[in-house]
Amino acid sequence: MNGSPAADALVTEELCKHFGALQVTNHVNFRMPRGCRHALIGPNGSGKTTLINLLGGALVPTSGKIVLDGHDVTHANASTRVVRGLTRTFQVNALFPNLTPIEAVTMVVCQRRGFGGSLLRSLRGSRDAIDEAYAILEQMHLADDCDRPTATLAYGRQRLLEIALALATKPTVLLLDEPAAGVPQQQSGEIFEVIEALPDDIAVLFIEHDIDLVFRFASRITVLVAGKILCEGTPAEIAADPEVRRIYLGDSVV
Amino acid sequence: MTIIERSASPAAASAASARAHRVFARSSRWRWEEIAFWILAAASIVAFPTHLVLIAQVLITGLFALSFDLLVGYAGIPSLGHAAFFGLGAYTAGLLARAGWGEPISGLLAAALVAGIFGLLLSVVVSRLTGIALIMITLGVGLLLYEAAHSARDLTGGDDGLSGITMWPVLGQFPFDFYGRTAVIYTFVVVFLLYLVARRIVNSPFGLELKGIRENVRRVPAIGVPLRYRYMVAFTVSAALAGVAGGLLAQITQTVALSVLSFDRSASVLIMVMIGGMGTLIGALAGAAAYMVAQDRLSDLNPVYWNFWVGLLLVLFVLFARGGLIGGADRFIAWIKSRRGGA
Repeated sequence: MNGSPAADALVTEELCKHFGALQVTNHVNFRMPRGCRHALIGPNGSGKTTLINLLGGALVPTSGKIVLDGHDVTHANASTRVVRGLTRTFQVNALFPNLTPIEAVTMVVCQRRGFGGSLLRSLRGSRDAIDEAYAILEQMHLADDCDRPTATLAYGRQRLLEIALALATKPTVLLLDEPAAGVPQQQSGEIFEVIEALPDDIAVLFIEHDIDLVFRFASRITVLVAGKILCEGTPAEIAADPEVRRIYLGDSVV
Repeated sequence: MTIIERSASPAAASAASARAHRVFARSSRWRWEEIAFWILAAASIVAFPTHLVLIAQVLITGLFALSFDLLVGYAGIPSLGHAAFFGLGAYTAGLLARAGWGEPISGLLAAALVAGIFGLLLSVVVSRLTGIALIMITLGVGLLLYEAAHSARDLTGGDDGLSGITMWPVLGQFPFDFYGRTAVIYTFVVVFLLYLVARRIVNSPFGLELKGIRENVRRVPAIGVPLRYRYMVAFTVSAALAGVAGGLLAQITQTVALSVLSFDRSASVLIMVMIGGMGTLIGALAGAAAYMVAQDRLSDLNPVYWNFWVGLLLVLFVLFARGGLIGGADRFIAWIKSRRGGA
């Protein structure tokens, strides 16, 4: 926990993953400065979700290294990485259908505060944890729905709850796998406005297919093609890159 | 159409935060069904002085079902070998008394300890498994223990069961009597106290995480929950409670039959929890009571057809009464309240 302040929040070195002969992540060297809003784009099957799975700990890399806050977490499991400040969300809602949002987020807050495994502590009496959970739901505009079963929430609001759960772990690095997936196009901007309003000390990596949203909200963009980083840079640099235009964006962009 | 509605005045916001706290207050407060169950249980001791042993056995089976509900109803961890823990507790308490230590309370602690340690060891093996694999392992372990007890005649008495158990008076004051008065009160107090403990557990942060595991086992690691440890604790606590239930049965009947380890017991506890209502605790007790009283009545009428009625009941409950007896009672109470509110 004592990496120098200038250090990046997350760094990968020569990260590789193959399933048999299929190379899905190919020598990825990638870094996320603190507080960045970093977009990961690329055609279907380019290995974006695999990269998130590797970073989040759902998959073990074949070779290479993942460094979080100056600590090597390559072999740490998902829950250890969360404790170290790296949390992800899922492309397909991975929520708790019969719990209310306040229960789900309070669960995460209790876990982060170190008494998630306490058998005899009263949940009802853990008022601070409930208040904190409620504040997070408010921040995510979910306060009105806090006591309704998750399964009954509108789809777009379930997407916000995905982010609220991750946020409750107090991450320094947040990985959002298509946060607006399945949300009608005219509403997906709202999800990204919420993401943009997240605290500045959280480094956010997101996958998004809507190029307009990517250029509106990202401070840096990485283009992944066939498991390899094709190029990386500011939105302006990416938009000007002839190879990106040819392979991925087409000629119609901006 | 928007996802986010911006309105909420400050006053509305503070009322809403009270709503958040109310969610937890509501889930931890005593429900009508709980109060009714315990009043009826106490009343039945007074009302049926000739059935005290049956009442005690219903409470013991209820405790066993409760331990199973913690695992299956709360954490969503399936098991088809839960009798293993019950049986271990029964043999532990029985053998201890037969060896000359007939003190009941320490006998129950020993039963809890042995069953709990076995649960912990088993959980280390199974905590990486889910679904069918978990069902198969628990089933296998249950059968294994049954056969082991069957063949270890010198220790367990095999088919003949363990007899010659002599219990000392409870707390040195209350000797076990022929009518089962001491037995039923002792059982009632132990089961009620453990019910309070189980209640406390399901309303703790740990209990909430168990529900999280049930609702989405793949998500919980991604919010920092060390799934493996939670499995281990859930298994251990559930096994220890089942062990106490087994120990109680051995103590009050002063015998241990091989059937304490039978597959039948593992299967029927699942049926009881289904009938009563999963994930409610009190449903396990109510289900056990309904099952055992029905068994007692129906097998008096026609012993051969008992399984027919069980089967029919189970199918009807699964198809038409989701949430079991407690779910039904909840709907009934809600209906009464809405009528009263509407009038």
